[in-house]
Amino acid sequence: MSLHVIYAFLLRYLFLYTRNWIRIIELIFWPLMELLVWGSLTVFLHGKTGGQVPQFITYLIGGVIFWDILFRAQQGVAISFLEDVWTKNLNNIFVAPVRPLEYLTAGILFGILRTSVAVTVLIVLAAINFNFNVFSMEWALVPYFGSLLLFGWTLGMLSSALILRFGQAAEALAWAIPFLIQPAACVFYPLSSLPEWGQMVGRCLPCTYVFEGMRSTLDHQPFDWSQLGISLALNLVWMAAAAGIYAWVLESGRRRGLLTRVTSH
Amino acid sequence: MSEPVLAVHELHRKFGDHVAIENLSFQIQRGEVLGLLGANGAGKTTAMGSILGMIKPTSGIIRVFGMDPYHDRIKVLRRLNSSSAYSDLPANLLVWQNLYVFAKIYRVPNSKQKIADLLEMFEIAHLRNRVTGHLSAGENTRLHLCKALINDPELLLLDEPTASLDPEIADKVRKIVRRVQREKNIGILYTSHNMLDIEEVCDHVLFMHRGRVVADGTTQEIIAKFDQKNMEDVFIRIVRDGNIEDAQAKEAAAL
Repeated sequence: MSLHVIYAFLLRYLFLYTRNWIRIIELIFWPLMELLVWGSLTVFLHGKTGGQVPQFITYLIGGVIFWDILFRAQQGVAISFLEDVWTKNLNNIFVAPVRPLEYLTAGILFGILRTSVAVTVLIVLAAINFNFNVFSMEWALVPYFGSLLLFGWTLGMLSSALILRFGQAAEALAWAIPFLIQPAACVFYPLSSLPEWGQMVGRCLPCTYVFEGMRSTLDHQPFDWSQLGISLALNLVWMAAAAGIYAWVLESGRRRGLLTRVTSH
Repeated sequence: MSEPVLAVHELHRKFGDHVAIENLSFQIQRGEVLGLLGANGAGKTTAMGSILGMIKPTSGIIRVFGMDPYHDRIKVLRRLNSSSAYSDLPANLLVWQNLYVFAKIYRVPNSKQKIADLLEMFEIAHLRNRVTGHLSAGENTRLHLCKALINDPELLLLDEPTASLDPEIADKVRKIVRRVQREKNIGILYTSHNMLDIEEVCDHVLFMHRGRVVADGTTQEIIAKFDQKNMEDVFIRIVRDGNIEDAQAKEAAAL
């Protein structure tokens, strides 16, 4: 893996974002809107319940912030790839000495930056406007965030593979993938509230354990290492599978001559 | 003779039942320009894609600098470059930013000076800070050529570099390509629909039709062989008559 290639792509992302303030606004627009909706609901219920805000409202806000980490991480990888498809620049990249891993790594690193910006804004606004202190979960945040980032990148890699295989027709799927798993990921409700088959699906997703853990931490329960362990182990399995699928799609694209179609149209 | 920068031997590529390329063989030495001609669907893009390691041949051998571009992809791509009328550079970036990113990818030493020299050579130095999306077609083509020369390639693949250019700009691009090729002794594979391009730029021409090479030689040889006035007429004849050698054989048999 060549660091100078990764640096080149990071530089390109930096150029793209510093040249366009709309991109920077877009980075925080959606998470901000979500926070405002859920936060305002909290304020409303706070008034209605005389200050005894039900615990589930805290779950909702925590869920919004944690879900956004996963979503932003997925977008960081998938949108970076899509931008090269939209601008018809993918051809230039595929015929340059760039390994797929270098390209993906740059997308992931840039995803970290995007996520950091969006989450920082969310955390600050949630604390100022809605008195939600995400750091009440203290160090538990780090592995939770890490696990969500890993799964978001994995989904981003899968989205890119889909576009590479099916062309721009699969673009809608790239946007939809995180929402396809959301019901089973138990972002806003416990796993036990799902039907049996839904629970089975949920148990296969690394992020389910994070959302369960988040609620448990908000309830001041002791940190559940086994949940985190399962989440990280599942992440490794998912990531290996996604990397395998990406490599297979790339190889199959070369064999079947599909790459030139995706890169030139 | 030194080792060719590009050697293609009996390249064959099928997509399902469709034969995109059949027994394509040619070589390019350093300093030589080979024109690959043909109508849409003749197999030019498939040939280019195969050389660039983006399409795996069904059979046959491709060697770029003596290496297999499919298995030694990175090593091969470091030493060649390409420009296609069908790809673009990110429109939001400034001209110099686009070139700088590619200079970093190719690890070009003294990249800022290199970019300045290339922009000067293609007479677009004044557009250095222009947004790429605001360039005219001719300026954009010249930017792509700057990108294609950023790593001082030994082999250059140009896919219809003068497509959509007005005659004056196309003429300028042809002259610059020829000058750069002579100065830097680059081997070039050049595809075009513009017969003037081929006559002015190419040392040798391969005419492809439906995946097969139907004519091979210098432009003068091909024009003489098919008894036409110019390459434009040869092109039309080949495309309309299919395999011209078969057509000539049929004509001879009829006589």
